[in-house]
Amino acid sequence: MLEIRNLHATIDDQEILRGIDLKVSAGEVHAIMGPNGSGKSTLAKVLAGHPAYEVTEGEIIYEGKNLLEMDPDERAREGVFMAFQYPVEVPGVSNAQLLRLAYNEKRKHQGLEELDPLEFKELLAERAKLVDMDLSFMSRSVNEGFSGGEKKRNEILQMAVLEPKLAILDETDSGLDIDALRIVADGVNKLRRPDNAIILVTHYQRILNYIIPDYVHVLYRGRIVRSGGKELALELEEKGYDWIKSEAGVTASA
Amino acid sequence: MSTNIELLANREYKYGFVTEIEYEDFPRGLNEEIIRLLSERKGEPDWMLEFRLKAYRHWVTMREPRHWPNITYPEIDFQSIVYYSAPKQRPKKKSLDEVDPELLRTFEKLGIPLHEQKLLAGVAVDAVFDSVSVATTYKEKLKKMGIIFCSMSEAIREYPDLVRKYLGSVVPPNDNFYAALNSAVFSDGSFCYIPKGVRCPMELSTYFRINNAESGQFERTLIVAEEGAYVSYLEGCTAPMYDRNQLHAAVVELVALDDAEIKYSTVQNWYAGDEEGRGGIYNFVTKRGKCLGRNSKISWTQVETGSAITWKYPSVILMGDNSIGEFYSVALTNHRQQADTGTKMIHIGRNTRSTIVSKGIAAGKSSNSYRGLVKILPKAENARNFTQCDSMLIGSECSANTFPYIEVMNNSSRAEHEATTSRISEEQLFYLQQRGLSQEDAVSLIINGFCKEVFRELPMEFAVEAQRLLGIKLEGSVG
Ligand SMILES: Nc1ncnc2c1ncn2[C@@H]1O[C@H](COP(=O)(O)OP(=O)(O)OP(=O)(O)O)[C@@H](O)[C@H]1O
Ligand SMILES: [Mg+2]
Repeated sequence: MLEIRNLHATIDDQEILRGIDLKVSAGEVHAIMGPNGSGKSTLAKVLAGHPAYEVTEGEIIYEGKNLLEMDPDERAREGVFMAFQYPVEVPGVSNAQLLRLAYNEKRKHQGLEELDPLEFKELLAERAKLVDMDLSFMSRSVNEGFSGGEKKRNEILQMAVLEPKLAILDETDSGLDIDALRIVADGVNKLRRPDNAIILVTHYQRILNYIIPDYVHVLYRGRIVRSGGKELALELEEKGYDWIKSEAGVTASA
Repeated sequence: MSTNIELLANREYKYGFVTEIEYEDFPRGLNEEIIRLLSERKGEPDWMLEFRLKAYRHWVTMREPRHWPNITYPEIDFQSIVYYSAPKQRPKKKSLDEVDPELLRTFEKLGIPLHEQKLLAGVAVDAVFDSVSVATTYKEKLKKMGIIFCSMSEAIREYPDLVRKYLGSVVPPNDNFYAALNSAVFSDGSFCYIPKGVRCPMELSTYFRINNAESGQFERTLIVAEEGAYVSYLEGCTAPMYDRNQLHAAVVELVALDDAEIKYSTVQNWYAGDEEGRGGIYNFVTKRGKCLGRNSKISWTQVETGSAITWKYPSVILMGDNSIGEFYSVALTNHRQQADTGTKMIHIGRNTRSTIVSKGIAAGKSSNSYRGLVKILPKAENARNFTQCDSMLIGSECSANTFPYIEVMNNSSRAEHEATTSRISEEQLFYLQQRGLSQEDAVSLIINGFCKEVFRELPMEFAVEAQRLLGIKLEGSVG
């Protein structure tokens, strides 16, 4: 589904990603962990096509296509979804309005009929149940005045409506209380299918108890320095990143 | 892709075509002779001629309001303007069959069909082409309810007592430079009269079209709502694209008696000039309503997207106790457009209320100013005003300003003012694009969200039109 080869990316001439290789197949969950500032969000945003980042080397093949040639909205319509670490507020635009627009853009792209507001309302009510979100949130402005946890949950609601092929969840678990974490994780699990894949950026092993990853990667200074199975997350939880940092330092200087 | 939010081209103005038609023009320039000729041409009674001459004599003593508005433009040569320009036609048109088919086609092209079979449902239209009213639809139907809706020329002939009573009663001929000019030379416009206790069953609307490159347009609108009457009035306007500036100086007067309500909505889309600021309409307009009666209400909603220069302050004089004045405005400027617009709320009666919601959007190299006066006089006990003024900037070469003037002259009244300035952020755009919206749709959505409180005051179809218009006007502004 996704193949990243030797990806280098800069922002304001600062190199943040320094040669990333990653292969994600349909049906898989990949967890990406790593210390603050290591480039996890950068990777997510480069995949989604954020205009502030420049890809200086490498390539990204998504569903056989060159992802880097596509505009962010094209990528989205092709099924790439990113749940933001810091979801953005859009005053005056209701959650339902944005969701319906986004949903219909995708339908149009797929050559399907658009849904009218009433039809969409039904679909929305059903998807909102997946993340146990009260319908009162639908008429509120997008993320405006939402608590941190509500914003995160709203991201997953958007995912539930848009049903992406490739979902990149950037620290969706941060800021969620214990119950919300379980609800959101359950929601994500219900959205898993053999033909879609998830990249889960997280700092905490806990969410991986609910959403079981097939692979865990550690990103450090813009490179994936270690990959393993779900037990790698447990090891990190126990030992922290120091040993990885020093190992990476050794290999770098070797 | 650029990381800066900056300006590119604007989409073409789709109403920029010119209608080829024969005119009866007056010679350029203005003097008492021209005014006499105009009044005679229109078969006006003596009092009307006197009204005009008095206004003219005052106007020559006045100076253009050059210094206080936040706008700049070259000297206007008032002697180079044609003050009366009418499509040639038989003097009295009994039916549409006698209207030049070219004119009917023009309005049809603008989306305003005038033929009986094709009329817009639920909206009665007075179509004004350059200086004269071409046709008024649904006139007979409204007449049965006692509602008068006709051109101003016709009203002066047919309902002289009503016109004489109210014309100039809200905007006196010597009110300001442009109002004085209008009072001297106005050629046509719309007149609406809603009798006591009648709720006008349809939207009344005037569509103004400036076609002639040489002429100014000076129209005059007067709306009177008697006790307990209600009317919703819509105004739309377009002009061809010429590379010279054209002057539009209108006066609109509204009068609401006890328990009456007038809702006046405008979507202004005069030609704005090109990207370099060549051509476009100078829109110098005086709009004012008087809440004369108790519990009366006047509400202005405007969506200003066109004109090279906009200078207008739709205002309400709150005389009747418990009367209500409202002003909801979206003003968008792009390229080199300049807008200095806002409102005046003058509280005279007790328990009077006013609400001002202004949304200014500036893109390109444009300048967008809100100027508002809230004046609460000593006798206006318990008066309340709430003002909210939000500006949004797109790009870094435009400017937005807010000039609020607040005068509260008693202790029981209160005026509240809130103001914000924001920008469309790259993060917002990226967020919406990440959800599958094109960049243009994303900008439109953000702008529509920003203007929501104003749009919801507009009649449904007008709101849809306004949203579409903002989208078009900003197309390519963000890249
Ligand atoms: N405009 C910029 N100029 C220079 N450096 C930047 C810029 N924007 C981000 N960075 C740097 O890029 C690095 C990677 O940031 P990124 O947000 O990808 O980290 P992260 O792994 O997601 O961290 P966290 O776990 O804290 O979310 C950081 O060191 C950050 O300071
Ligand atoms: Mg991050």
